[in-house]
Amino acid sequence: MSKQKLLGLNGDEAVAYAQKQVNPDVVAAYPITPQTIIVERFSEYVADGEVDTEFVSVESEHSAMSCCVGASAAGARAFTATAANGLALMWEILYIASSLRLPIVMAVANRALSGPINIHNDHSDSMGARDSGWIQIYCENAQEVYDASLEAWRIAEHPDILLPVMICLDGFTLSHTMENVWTLPDEAVKSFVGDRVFPKVKGHLGEAELRLDPENPLTMGPLDLQDYYFEHKIHQVKAMEQALKHIHEVEEEWAQLSGRSYSYVEPYRMEDAEVALVGMGSMMGTVRHVVDELRGEGIKAGMVKLRLFRPFPAQHLKEAVGETPVLGVLEKCVSFGAPASPLLEEIATTYYAESQKPSLTNFVVGLGGRDVPPSQIRKAYQALLAAKEEGEAAITQQFLGVRGV
Amino acid sequence: MVDRLTLKEAAQIPDRLVSGHRLCAGCAHPIIARLVMKASEGLPTIVTNATGCLEVATTIFPYTSWNVPWLHNAFENAAANAAGIEAAWRAQRRRGKGPLAGYEKLNVIAFGGDGGTYDIGLQALSGALERGHDFTYVLIDNEAYMNTGIQRSGGTPLSASTTTSPAGEVIPGKPQLKKPIDDIVVAHHIPYVATISPAYIQDALDKCRKAFSLEGPKFLHAIIPCTRGWRYPTSETVSIARLATQTCVFPLYEVELVEGRPVYRLSGPSAAIARRPESKKPVEEYLKTQGRFRHLFRPSKNQELLDRIQEGVDLRWELLLEKVG
Amino acid sequence: MSKETWRDLPLGAVSIRSSLEYHTGDWGVEVPRIDHQRCTKCTLCHFYCPEGAIEMREDGYTEPNLDYCKGCGICAKECPVQCIEMVRKSE
Repeated sequence: MSKQKLLGLNGDEAVAYAQKQVNPDVVAAYPITPQTIIVERFSEYVADGEVDTEFVSVESEHSAMSCCVGASAAGARAFTATAANGLALMWEILYIASSLRLPIVMAVANRALSGPINIHNDHSDSMGARDSGWIQIYCENAQEVYDASLEAWRIAEHPDILLPVMICLDGFTLSHTMENVWTLPDEAVKSFVGDRVFPKVKGHLGEAELRLDPENPLTMGPLDLQDYYFEHKIHQVKAMEQALKHIHEVEEEWAQLSGRSYSYVEPYRMEDAEVALVGMGSMMGTVRHVVDELRGEGIKAGMVKLRLFRPFPAQHLKEAVGETPVLGVLEKCVSFGAPASPLLEEIATTYYAESQKPSLTNFVVGLGGRDVPPSQIRKAYQALLAAKEEGEAAITQQFLGVRGV
Repeated sequence: MVDRLTLKEAAQIPDRLVSGHRLCAGCAHPIIARLVMKASEGLPTIVTNATGCLEVATTIFPYTSWNVPWLHNAFENAAANAAGIEAAWRAQRRRGKGPLAGYEKLNVIAFGGDGGTYDIGLQALSGALERGHDFTYVLIDNEAYMNTGIQRSGGTPLSASTTTSPAGEVIPGKPQLKKPIDDIVVAHHIPYVATISPAYIQDALDKCRKAFSLEGPKFLHAIIPCTRGWRYPTSETVSIARLATQTCVFPLYEVELVEGRPVYRLSGPSAAIARRPESKKPVEEYLKTQGRFRHLFRPSKNQELLDRIQEGVDLRWELLLEKVG
Repeated sequence: MSKETWRDLPLGAVSIRSSLEYHTGDWGVEVPRIDHQRCTKCTLCHFYCPEGAIEMREDGYTEPNLDYCKGCGICAKECPVQCIEMVRKSE
């Protein structure tokens, strides 16, 4: 385990610092609150010669991701960062990046999608991109942000995965809040991240590395008609299955290196929990605190933090929840017109075929940066306890912390 | 410096855009694209292509006509892709590490149609030009969104009939002028801007080679007559392109940045017209060859609109001559 | 030949066959006939052909490749000495 240096970094700075150590070939990014510190800090590293990355100040997020696609296809390591409407603007290219199997890494400082325009934290942006074929990791604190920002390269470039990776950090709550972050020495990072390796494919002129190579031409991004598109989509389905199988290998190696162990889901005090909340991101830190308080009051509360959202770790989730009969799903996202918000829908699907399943209650919280304080979490647990009393099995959706509801 | 190629030399260069593509019979896209590829001979080249006729018809899975590394991403980002490819090379070359590090120069080419350039792709183009990436953008201009069914674009000329600016009872085709894309690009003060035509092969070849020998952003605007969208017999493509130059609808010229100033220079056929203005053909000769302008002649001649078109062509020609000086 | 399953197809949906395998020569109703007696070896037909189907011969003359010729007629129209004739294909 390497000797680490403790730095005071906010989430954005942690991303920038991690990428400084990686020193990717290309960073193409467009500023948007609350990601701006990432690009600003990285620009300073470039200007001071601390990295020799080609920093492309693109003129929009759509071009940011397009530029990353061009760079990554040409064989470079490409990184970008965005939030909310910036992510929305590059939406079509997300799908393309994944279909081209490009190991692009992107940090998303989770922010509410307009309108009305709101620059504060919720998960509507990255949730909206959940079908795009990107791996999604949600971070609870700046330490996780730093660690995930480095693991992301190994995950994306894993020869059996080859999918782009989105590191999600809550806007302002994480992006702009300074925390203690243990950082690895530059050499350890370089050695962990290594060099990009290219898979071999058989193109129309023979075998070639999967990149734009003047010596071994490939055609990337052809027109697929009804007779081939579907098969190509299966590739991405399989890639996600492989990601589920292999991401933990990277986490294990990271644990060896840093002493910090991560898993797809992180249960807390679930062994005998009678009520539990599942959720993602920084608010799970608050939930953990409330769990301890409730336990102190004799209530068997627990929580499950979901770190990996795509691919969805259904089996791991079920194992973490165990026999807990009443589950609340905490989400900073709403899908208008849907029976429930996205995370609950995925969990409900996970349990559908099971004969024993927990009751599920959706707690939509924190939209547009609305604070999710311990008192609100308590209300959620109280609702779950009431549900347990009444023996409710149906899925219900509740909105907490909003006036009039 | 990239040497000039004669036709005889270029004829010997194997095609890197090969046969078997499914562009229409008589399409001008592959005439220009084959030429651009021949002009890339000897240079490590990567091509990126916006969505459009050329991209679609040359890469219908499982087949591809490109014997050069080629990337298609989306419609509006050919310039952004090229910027990314160039940035990748620049970074790897600078640090001496990575698969592109060994190339002293990388010939990055972006193909974009008028749709992907004048309209939806203008932002990405402008951004890439402003940032000064080392690449050549080839605008393949068939003056409408041809691949999706001949809808009008910012590059569609005045009064042309398209499916979204049809010549109807009340409105005779596109009411707006063709966006002056070359002026817009020249205003970015890039090293080299030129117009090329499938009717003037040596000229096009020279301009490609010239572009590839320069550093920074280069822009080649090719006129691409479209047998289907402009409505004429397939064999007329080259002669219609020639008429476009002979009538000064599509003059051939170059603009090179010399000590910070754009310096205009007319190319052969257009220079000849400048020397002998009486040799300039009336625009009617060009318009009457194409079905998209049919409504200007039938059922009766729309002299007013024809005069307007002629005046417009004359004015732009005059403005160009002023810039040439 | 039946089409490939997802297992047979390469990663990233890269193209797997050259279009040279796709013969577009059956598209048109006419083919060019070049009179080499009058040809001046200017090579323009080779450049004007959208298909690249007018190939250069060793001796500097050109030869149409009927595997790909779509019969557009540009070569015949543009030949400076008019030595190319478009001829109707026989049944």
